[in-house]
Amino acid sequence: MSEKVGVYICHCGSNIAGVVDVEDVAKFAGEQIENVAVSRDYKFMCSSLGQELIEEDIRKEGLTRVVVAACSPHLHEKTFRRACANAGLNPYLCHMTSIREQVSWVIEDKAVATEKAKAMVAAAVKRVELHEELEPSEVPVNPNTLVVGGGITGIQAAIELADAGYPVYLVEREPSIGGHMAQFDKTFPTLDCAACILTPKMSDVGSHPNIHLLSYSEVEDISGYVGNFHVRIRKKARYVDEEACTGCGICIEKCPKKVVDDVFEAGMGYRKSIYRPFPQAVPNWPVIDTESCTYFERGKCKACEIFCPTEAIDFEQQDSYIDIDVGNVILATGYDLFDARKVPQYGYGRLANVFTSLEFERMCNASGPTEGKIVLRDGITEPKSVAIIHCVGSRDENHNPYCSSICCMSALKFGHLVMEKTDAEVTSFYIDVRTSQKGYEEFYNRLLEEGMHFVRGKAAEITDAARQPGEEGKLIVQAEDTLLGKQRRVPVDMVILMSALEPKADAKDVGLQFGISCSMEGWFTERHPKLDPVATMTDGIFVAGVAQGPKDIPASVAQGAAAAARVQGMITAGTVEIEPIVATIHEEICSGCKICNNLCPFNAIEFLEDKEVSYVNAALCKGCGTCVAACPAQAISGAHFNNDQIFAEIGGILYDAIGGNGAKAPAKSKEPAPA
Amino acid sequence: MVDERFEPKIVAFLCNWCSYRAADLAGTARIKYEPNVRMIRVMCSGRVDPTFVLKAFALGADGVMIAGCHPGECHYLEQNYKAMRRFNMLKHTLKAMGVEEGRIRLQWASAAEGVQLASAINEMVDQVRELGPLNWAQNWHEDGEVEAAIQRIEEEHAEVMEVPA
Ligand SMILES: Cc1cc2nc3c(=O)[nH]c(=O)nc-3n(C[C@H](O)[C@H](O)[C@H](O)COP(=O)(O)OP(=O)(O)OC[C@H]3O[C@@H](n4cnc5c(N)ncnc54)[C@H](O)[C@@H]3O)c2cc1C
Ligand code: SF4
Ligand code: SF4
Ligand code: FES
Repeated sequence: MSEKVGVYICHCGSNIAGVVDVEDVAKFAGEQIENVAVSRDYKFMCSSLGQELIEEDIRKEGLTRVVVAACSPHLHEKTFRRACANAGLNPYLCHMTSIREQVSWVIEDKAVATEKAKAMVAAAVKRVELHEELEPSEVPVNPNTLVVGGGITGIQAAIELADAGYPVYLVEREPSIGGHMAQFDKTFPTLDCAACILTPKMSDVGSHPNIHLLSYSEVEDISGYVGNFHVRIRKKARYVDEEACTGCGICIEKCPKKVVDDVFEAGMGYRKSIYRPFPQAVPNWPVIDTESCTYFERGKCKACEIFCPTEAIDFEQQDSYIDIDVGNVILATGYDLFDARKVPQYGYGRLANVFTSLEFERMCNASGPTEGKIVLRDGITEPKSVAIIHCVGSRDENHNPYCSSICCMSALKFGHLVMEKTDAEVTSFYIDVRTSQKGYEEFYNRLLEEGMHFVRGKAAEITDAARQPGEEGKLIVQAEDTLLGKQRRVPVDMVILMSALEPKADAKDVGLQFGISCSMEGWFTERHPKLDPVATMTDGIFVAGVAQGPKDIPASVAQGAAAAARVQGMITAGTVEIEPIVATIHEEICSGCKICNNLCPFNAIEFLEDKEVSYVNAALCKGCGTCVAACPAQAISGAHFNNDQIFAEIGGILYDAIGGNGAKAPAKSKEPAPA
Repeated sequence: MVDERFEPKIVAFLCNWCSYRAADLAGTARIKYEPNVRMIRVMCSGRVDPTFVLKAFALGADGVMIAGCHPGECHYLEQNYKAMRRFNMLKHTLKAMGVEEGRIRLQWASAAEGVQLASAINEMVDQVRELGPLNWAQNWHEDGEVEAAIQRIEEEHAEVMEVPA
């Protein structure tokens, strides 16, 4: 029996119809492609009216197959499958072809675009005719969630889920949670103290009965699929027994070895070899840094062990592994700061009084290395003038093309702090001042009133070579003031570089580990930039916070909460549908050659010794189709992408070529059609 | 258009996770590229059976592109390595059958590489335009046993084209 195919060509407003002659394509499908029973074009197929059109045709015309030529299936395949299901048609009997992303948005010539759209519709019809009814399998969703990264984003996500009653494993690489926010003094635009708003949340995490905090730990391996992931976590050896340690800190006091703290103090301060990054650390068990510890270096010392009142020090401790099962994962791994040394003309690392933004944050912090005093590198002299350089490594084609989004506001915050704590004059060198969130423009105005100076122009150079009177012993910021149209040399005592936010150095590896993609720079890619900002293309893996792209704390917190809400939705639903796109081996054709056995990276293929044939375990198969392509006996078929379907699609897409056997061949088929 | 320029037909097999998304991105970014390429989505470059390529040539394609995630970035861990080995075998076989190397291309394109995918397409279209029509199908058009002939090629070369595990 031949199928009755319905073809729907979407205008997408003028997105498609502006370039593709949609009526002509619909007419072509209706008249020239076999088995097309209904062919229509419509303004917005994805609208409820568009969907109803399909549903009505299925009911009234008895359509057995549906083709929608519109945007990418990654956007609306689910929408149209659902419409089909509503009208009683198996959703897998519907096929989408992308005449927007692959035609109207990438081709200018209307006639050529229309031709290509026709070929794509022909291919879709030929393919859909051979589609088979498929039933997604339903699997339970494990109510546990893994949150990776314990910055403010991960903390928020973990607390939301835990408060809702669901178990959370929070994995943090560093000895303490808190992330970058824990390093700050004040937060813009309200200037509330970072610690005052962050530390209560941190202790909440530490004491929450539903949160299993695994600090100083990393995800070693993850397998499984949405609802059912198996995760192996490596707990790095702390050399401190967590059960015994009370966090009293005597060991830290007694440790004789002091080293520069490059992480939490951004190189501005010191820590001991046994340490916690900061006094309010959660958890508050210290860790021993084996690289600097005298005992690990020379085999003697053990001062910490001698003084520990609870015998918690354990020099023999090894890394340990914990295996957990979770239903969903939230990645909130945050960012790294751009290395300001990469802009040598700004002199960071060479000119002592050039500071990075993070160094300045530590300096402002009352519990930081200078106890909150703003001083030059000598540790005593207060600056009389400070320059703040925006966009260091951002909006710069040599480094990162994007805007880091938080630097302008941080610069204003720094300006305020300098003027509050010292008598210094502050000058900001900016390209544009971007203050687009709630209360931000007001904060900018406040700083203008407070007397901060603004020079519109990207600093070209920072030098200590004095050329004019008044420049001796100073740092001179050289910039073109683009509002005045002239070069300026501004001598100052201190320079702060607003370094860009960059993806974590290992972001791409983490993306790979969890099976999600990253942008060119390394920010995690969301499922849809507008409509699905925290989900990813991999079901069950969510992203939030700066790991997804530069943003401030309020936006990070919002995303953390959003990701938690998405996960809660999954848990409440209890089960999730799994795409039935898996491979099956036809026993009667399989010759038992075993070629396929080792091809599957998920070990889904077993050899049945009794029957001497291979067998695919559907629960493990992820449907890549590699084994299907490899079987010399063609014994394996890959659901929804089987050979016949793809051959038909090839035939359709070449319907207008010589030898093309797709549609009722148009007259010109002998000539290679000028596309 | 005054002089009739040869417009090749190129079929591209794109993996769902990286390359198809690169094509989506090229669209969203409104990057214009040669219209001669027609795309078919597969779940992974590892799904591309050499017979798909032969079939496309047999049905009138002048060139075939296989696009997948970068090595090490396949959504299914390592299947693009299998695609790569299979591709090398296929190139070899096609050469033996008189099909120029320039008519097939393996392209890595991550989901972020819309621009790279578009320029690879442009490059390939130029290259195939230079080579001229393949006319494979036409050569066989008369023999009436197209299907059987393709089948024979598939069978004869099945072993060479297979990927040793
Ligand atoms: C100088 C400066 C000043 C700022 N001031 C403000 C301000 O005043 N107001 C404001 O709103 N915003 C400010 N911001 C922005 C703010 O820092 C971010 O919005 C916020 O910290 C993002 O939090 P996060 O949790 O997403 O990332 P992060 O704070 O970077 O936290 C990520 C956490 O994940 C951990 N991690 C990373 N990778 C892994 C892994 N593979 N496994 C386990 N754990 C991992 C990290 O150790 C870290 O603890 C400022 C930024 C800078 C640079
Ligand atoms: S490759 Fe094909 S024939 Fe060989 S064991 Fe696997 S399914 Fe059977
Ligand atoms: S389709 Fe891929 S995942 Fe499924 S059994 Fe075959 S090789 Fe394994
Ligand atoms: S999924 Fe893209 S090559 Fe395997």
